[in-house]
Amino acid sequence: MIDLKTLTIKKTHNALAKGEYSAVELAESYLKNIEKKNKELNAYLEVFDDVREQAKAADRKIKTGKAEMLTGIPLAIKDNILIQGKCVSAASKILEGYVAPYDATAIQKLKKASAIFLGRTNCDEFAMGGSTENSAYGVTKNPHNTNRVAGGSSGGSAAAVAADLALAALGSDTGGSVRQPASFCGVVGFKPTYGAVSRYGLIAYGSSLDCIGPITKTAEDAQIIFDCIRGKDYFDSTSINLPTSKLPNLKTSQLTIGVPRSFVEREGINAEVLANFNESLLRLQKAGAKIVDVELPSLQYALACYYIIAPAEASANLARFDGVKYGLRVSGENGIRDYFKTRALFGPEVRRRIILGTYVLSAGYYDAYYGKARAARAVTRTDFAQAFEKVAILAVPTSPTTAWKIGEKTDPLSAYLADVFTVTANLAGIPAISVPSGKTKAGLPLGLQLMAKAGGDDGLLDVCIPLEAALLRKRDNQ
Amino acid sequence: MVNAKDIEHLAELARIEVSEKEAEALAKNIEAILGYVQQVKDVSVGNDALKDIGLVNVFREDAAPHESGAYTDALLAGAPEKEDGYVKVKKIL
Repeated sequence: MIDLKTLTIKKTHNALAKGEYSAVELAESYLKNIEKKNKELNAYLEVFDDVREQAKAADRKIKTGKAEMLTGIPLAIKDNILIQGKCVSAASKILEGYVAPYDATAIQKLKKASAIFLGRTNCDEFAMGGSTENSAYGVTKNPHNTNRVAGGSSGGSAAAVAADLALAALGSDTGGSVRQPASFCGVVGFKPTYGAVSRYGLIAYGSSLDCIGPITKTAEDAQIIFDCIRGKDYFDSTSINLPTSKLPNLKTSQLTIGVPRSFVEREGINAEVLANFNESLLRLQKAGAKIVDVELPSLQYALACYYIIAPAEASANLARFDGVKYGLRVSGENGIRDYFKTRALFGPEVRRRIILGTYVLSAGYYDAYYGKARAARAVTRTDFAQAFEKVAILAVPTSPTTAWKIGEKTDPLSAYLADVFTVTANLAGIPAISVPSGKTKAGLPLGLQLMAKAGGDDGLLDVCIPLEAALLRKRDNQ
Repeated sequence: MVNAKDIEHLAELARIEVSEKEAEALAKNIEAILGYVQQVKDVSVGNDALKDIGLVNVFREDAAPHESGAYTDALLAGAPEKEDGYVKVKKIL
């Protein structure tokens, strides 16, 4: 019996290389676990029917001694990342039954390493949401407390990793959708610098904000996956090669961590979240880190910026779903009515954001809202760049709240306000990671979020590896 | 400020069918959200706020096309209605 709970990618890779178990046995362990738990959690929308074939191919590669770090490693993939020949639906009815005609670049790279794709995970429809309650295929439950949400929009991926239904997962992060569910589920979620991972094959939501990122059990696992999927891509003109930094591993004791205190202690932050955040900072100080207060005035309007820019871009990106070339088509009296009826398949949150985006882009409002938001965004970038001249890392809580009860948040605006700590990294294009920082008295996971300057991904991940240990005195997988 | 008629107009622009009841509910939602996001109007931005975003247009040579028809089957496979190698839709004009 393979103890899935204690596995990390490196540990598993070593075990596979030594022949302690095969990739097929490993995959079957996860499949068994999925069979046991997925009906309740609804983390997976589909378990792929060729998992054993994939694992057999990985075993062949391992036997020839050509195994890479990710060979045979079972992954869960968010339902907005294309895998050729597999269904992908962005958790929407409008793409029900749609089969991907090509691989996302991130998938191609993982395929080359012979990683295993167990299935596609649930998410908020078109990645719009912070709880996976906006999925057209039901909510995903938090493995730590099944009355609560798993977070979103990559809730399925986070729940899968937290419940040992996959060793690691891919998600996407436009306003926090990798980091927030990771924090709600007690796992690691990493959003790279914008452009570090190709968006080719990621169903677009907000193209200037979208990032593919790994959800994993440890920061080191996140680094391993990131190193595989990163790189400039011919098919994504916004993708870049990050300069590989030859910095030595910064020990926690060498760190200066900036905290925008007045921003963190805003009204609306849950008392236990704030207490845990301060406790985390104390632990880091005990490990030798220096904590300094920083001012980032643009953080005040970052959320407002995001909820203009993201819906605007979404309204443009989702215009392609018209029932003409792919997805479902609902027939109306004429060609134009086909569009209206087909697009009525979008769920309520998607419709809300498309309408909002249409408003801020419409004649008479374009400059006041969208134009101004873009300019304000540029100020945010400058603010962050200046802050990172003084400190290497910024720290904030990942979310002002812990996982809420399923169905509890009925007001859209109140749901948007929960994104206040995560949207900033997407606006500024900087890398950000959420690491588990403890639990509330009721047992709900909490996350600490760390951010670094644009392009500082390697440094940020390197810092997190010893920092994880300083943060949580005990980890199950060490 | 934002009423159901505005929502119906926006839905028309976005080609989405919304019911009267939904238009009423959306009007309230959107009004509340706009009430929050309009704080960006008060942000002071410099004249060169949009300089140096780092995005550049990436072009390739208009040459070396892929073999004609190489992707046709894969793409047509997803079309809801097709005929003779064409995607089929209702008459527009």
